[in-house]
Amino acid sequence: MKVVSNVTCPGCGCLCDDLEIEVENNTVKAVRNACGMGESKFLGYSLHRPQKPLIRKKGELVEASLSEAIRKSAEILANSSYPILYGWSNTSCEATSVGVELAEEIGGIIDNTSTVCHGPSVLSIQDVGFSTCTLGQVRHRADLIIYWASNPWSAHPRHLERYTNFTEGRFRSSAWNKYLDGLGSYRAERRRQRAAKLVGEIHGVSVETPPVEEPSKRLPHSLFEKGRKMIVVDVRRTRTADIADYFLQVEPNKDYEIFQALRILLQDGELEVDSVGGVPAEILEDLADLLAGCEFGVLFFGVGLTMSEGKLRNIEAGISLVRDLNQFTKFVIMPMRGHYNVTGANIVSTWQTGYPFAVDFSHGYPRYNPGETSVVDVLSRDESDAALIVASDPVANFPKGASQNLIKNPLIVVDTGTSATSMFADVVLPSAVSGIEVEGTAYRMDRVPLPLKKVVQPPKAVYSDEQLLKRILREVRRIKKNMGGGDSQWLTC
Amino acid sequence: MADLLIKNGFVYDPLNGVNGEKMDIAISKGKIVDKMDGKRKKIIDASGMVVMPGGVDIHSHIAGPKVNAGRLLRPEDHFKDFEAKTDKTRSGVGRSIPSTFTTGYRYARMGYTTVMEPAMPPLMARHVHEELNDTPMIDKAAYPMLGDCWFVLEPLAKGLIEQCAAYVAWTMEATRGYAMKLVNPGGLEAWGFGRNVRNIDDPVPYFNITPREIIQGLCKVNQLLHLPHTIHVHTNNLGKPGNYETCLETMKCVENSGNDGKPVIHVTHCQFSAFKGSDWRTFESGAEEIAKYVNTRSHVTTDMGQVVFTDTTTMTADGPFQYILYQLSHNKWINNDVETETSAGIVPFRYKRSSFVHALQWSIGLELALMIEDPWKIYMTTDHPNAAPFIFYPKIISWLMSRVAREKLLKKVNKRAGHKSLLGTLDREYSFSELAIATRAGQARALGLKEKGHLGVGADADIAIYDVNPEQVDPSKQFRLVRKAFKNAAYTIKGGEIVVKDGEVVKSVGGKTFWVKPELSNPIFEASPRLKKAFEDYYTVQYENYIVPEHHLAVSHPISVKAEV
Repeated sequence: MKVVSNVTCPGCGCLCDDLEIEVENNTVKAVRNACGMGESKFLGYSLHRPQKPLIRKKGELVEASLSEAIRKSAEILANSSYPILYGWSNTSCEATSVGVELAEEIGGIIDNTSTVCHGPSVLSIQDVGFSTCTLGQVRHRADLIIYWASNPWSAHPRHLERYTNFTEGRFRSSAWNKYLDGLGSYRAERRRQRAAKLVGEIHGVSVETPPVEEPSKRLPHSLFEKGRKMIVVDVRRTRTADIADYFLQVEPNKDYEIFQALRILLQDGELEVDSVGGVPAEILEDLADLLAGCEFGVLFFGVGLTMSEGKLRNIEAGISLVRDLNQFTKFVIMPMRGHYNVTGANIVSTWQTGYPFAVDFSHGYPRYNPGETSVVDVLSRDESDAALIVASDPVANFPKGASQNLIKNPLIVVDTGTSATSMFADVVLPSAVSGIEVEGTAYRMDRVPLPLKKVVQPPKAVYSDEQLLKRILREVRRIKKNMGGGDSQWLTC
Repeated sequence: MADLLIKNGFVYDPLNGVNGEKMDIAISKGKIVDKMDGKRKKIIDASGMVVMPGGVDIHSHIAGPKVNAGRLLRPEDHFKDFEAKTDKTRSGVGRSIPSTFTTGYRYARMGYTTVMEPAMPPLMARHVHEELNDTPMIDKAAYPMLGDCWFVLEPLAKGLIEQCAAYVAWTMEATRGYAMKLVNPGGLEAWGFGRNVRNIDDPVPYFNITPREIIQGLCKVNQLLHLPHTIHVHTNNLGKPGNYETCLETMKCVENSGNDGKPVIHVTHCQFSAFKGSDWRTFESGAEEIAKYVNTRSHVTTDMGQVVFTDTTTMTADGPFQYILYQLSHNKWINNDVETETSAGIVPFRYKRSSFVHALQWSIGLELALMIEDPWKIYMTTDHPNAAPFIFYPKIISWLMSRVAREKLLKKVNKRAGHKSLLGTLDREYSFSELAIATRAGQARALGLKEKGHLGVGADADIAIYDVNPEQVDPSKQFRLVRKAFKNAAYTIKGGEIVVKDGEVVKSVGGKTFWVKPELSNPIFEASPRLKKAFEDYYTVQYENYIVPEHHLAVSHPISVKAEV
């Protein structure tokens, strides 16, 4: 039995790198320090996984040799005119790097899950920039932490304890004890009310229930005290909201207006309406004061902003608010990236092609025009004629029309498990799990690069994404050479 | 690999005292040799052409988180400037922040063979090296930024030079770095809370240390560790009118650091630190004062940071300065502070001839190059892409070599700037020899790269051949021919292989990544559990995962040095 320590978790964008994995007989026996998601990935990845390549013959997926599966994949790709290569966020940077080379070779589109997630954030950054930092800066300095349209309790469980509210920093203490005190007094109050009700029933006296509290017209004074505080802004009360110092409920699809209202207030403007997005003007005024008066504020935001009405304009408004706040104090903004290496997929794509996602090589050089070259749009318009999906499950996530157009054309899936997409594939190549069975590099949500460790050996004859893609690329080049073609994938226009 | 013989060219090899003689250069197994011994031999006829060592760029932002954020920020920069895939090269995009493959090819086409990435946040070193791995055609290295690291500020504040040296030595190896970079020392830690330092004696909030103490302390550390390059400093108050005084103070504060009269500090992109005046209206050139000082001292080297009138992207680790630039230009702005260490800021910027300030900035860079008499003290750079993209080097070369070329442009710039510029009074013109120093020999010597920047026996066979005949062409008058020649090398030879011919890449090669491995007698930073614990308190990554393993570099080339601690 051995313990591998300082293991990076291939789970979410937190990319916690302090996991300890107990391994015996090449099997993960126990996981320490991980959240539920991370632990279940380490303990459960090997259940229900395909270990042999599959090829669809006469409508059925049947086992095949690796060389046959590679050859079939390469033939599909070499013979296509507008293939898409999608996924990448759940594998290592090394694999994505081969993916870019392959897309360039076959004149296809390489796109990653940003296209359905934080793509709008990227587009906003390209319009207005953004003021950000690495998570350690937040840990050491932040006294005002805002989660806007994001629910780390469920999606990034260790975020608070590793990076924000519940961490000890050089300049800030953890808010954990304050939270426990608050929790304690909340529970004590509940017990008291229950007891009072019971006593009342025994004595036949109806006990006054405390009056329903009017929603406060102003922000609580405690928010303006020194020390760490956490605010959640969301359309519904999430578990994260339950542990926040303050929860601001907003109407759906009104975030853009609220951001702009705050910006107006910061520039000494006045609101001509009573409320914005369901938030009373007085609360917005208090909030603007709170934002401008903190010592170091951070705004984390999630898909609630990127995928609600306005999309990139919401992010742009948020980034502009944070930028304006830098006139008064130090303020940063950060997207809560989901998949553990979607950031890495963006980063590799950007340094090699100049663009972070939706990169189209059909003209022989990188082109980027989200809406035109992003895969959901390409699929919805039925423009592609083949697909390679790596470490992703688009059929379970894309709009129905896009999925239908995806599966009706030749489809190759490289993945570590069975998915809705792989069930429709024409070729399935099982791969080893990056970060558990394969080494590599991944980038955290704040763009810090971390090593992925190999903790156990993969099953025999199950290779890494990187190795499989390299073999496909080699085979594609061989086929093209025999075809006698050159780099003639591009259109002449 | 065949042996190579470059015949009959006009050779400029200042480090070996060769100044335009007609000579043959012999190459075998990637090195310059006395005579070739291989059976196969290829001959390049360099008659009528200039032969120089391959270009060495001491300061160019080509790889890493800030560069990549710049690429991401500016898709519009790439749309009009792209290169299609060929059977020898990968596709890519320009313009002010090219993608990595394109960066390598474009440097090689100009005859450059070694480029230094000057700003590596130690925490993100892995990213820098991954991009360098994907930058073909050139040898490279990166400088970790140390001027604001907590593990530097804390011991220096207490005067514990050796403890600081132990940390720096560990960082060089852990990040596979080459030299010690300081950017607005102390200012970046202050920027962690949105502040800055106002001069080199302004204490850094919370850390009880001044920029002067950081610069002097790290200068001492550099000497204790015997690193091949001096400390490489982006001064405090960069970009601020009147900052030439800060620049002088910075150079003066290490005057007596004693290194047998050899340099102890390199002030980079000096143009940005040579501003006189008290605001943008009274803005003037401080180049004369800086040049006067540098001319009488031997402990300083500098590089130009030359402005070209074009659209480009500013990107430095100087977060507070970049914020000011955003406020001036109202352009999109990226800021990225790195925990415990440093920061970064990116703002697109256009330098205009009609702008009084920009025109004077253009003049200042050239004034420095022309008034600092010893070409071994000032090198040609643009702080790519801050003052201009590196593809404009041939233009700058023509300005250095031709007074007429300078004055042509001087006539077209903002009139008030034109009157204030000293260029009208400066008739010095760089010779090919001085040019070789400014673009290769000087930089290699300052960097301590013993096998670069010269064509003596034992040097790496990195050679550039330019199609310009020094006996027939007068660079002073025929500057357009000079520009053309340096824009597309007739031949670029890398490690003894012809990689560029007539400005086209004919062979794609990788390159080495240099890094320095100081050998301490007592590596206390690694050994101490107390320090490891401090590490984990300061960073959000584990100690073990912070270190970049050597095998992460595609071609690792460590240089060992014996430290005095």
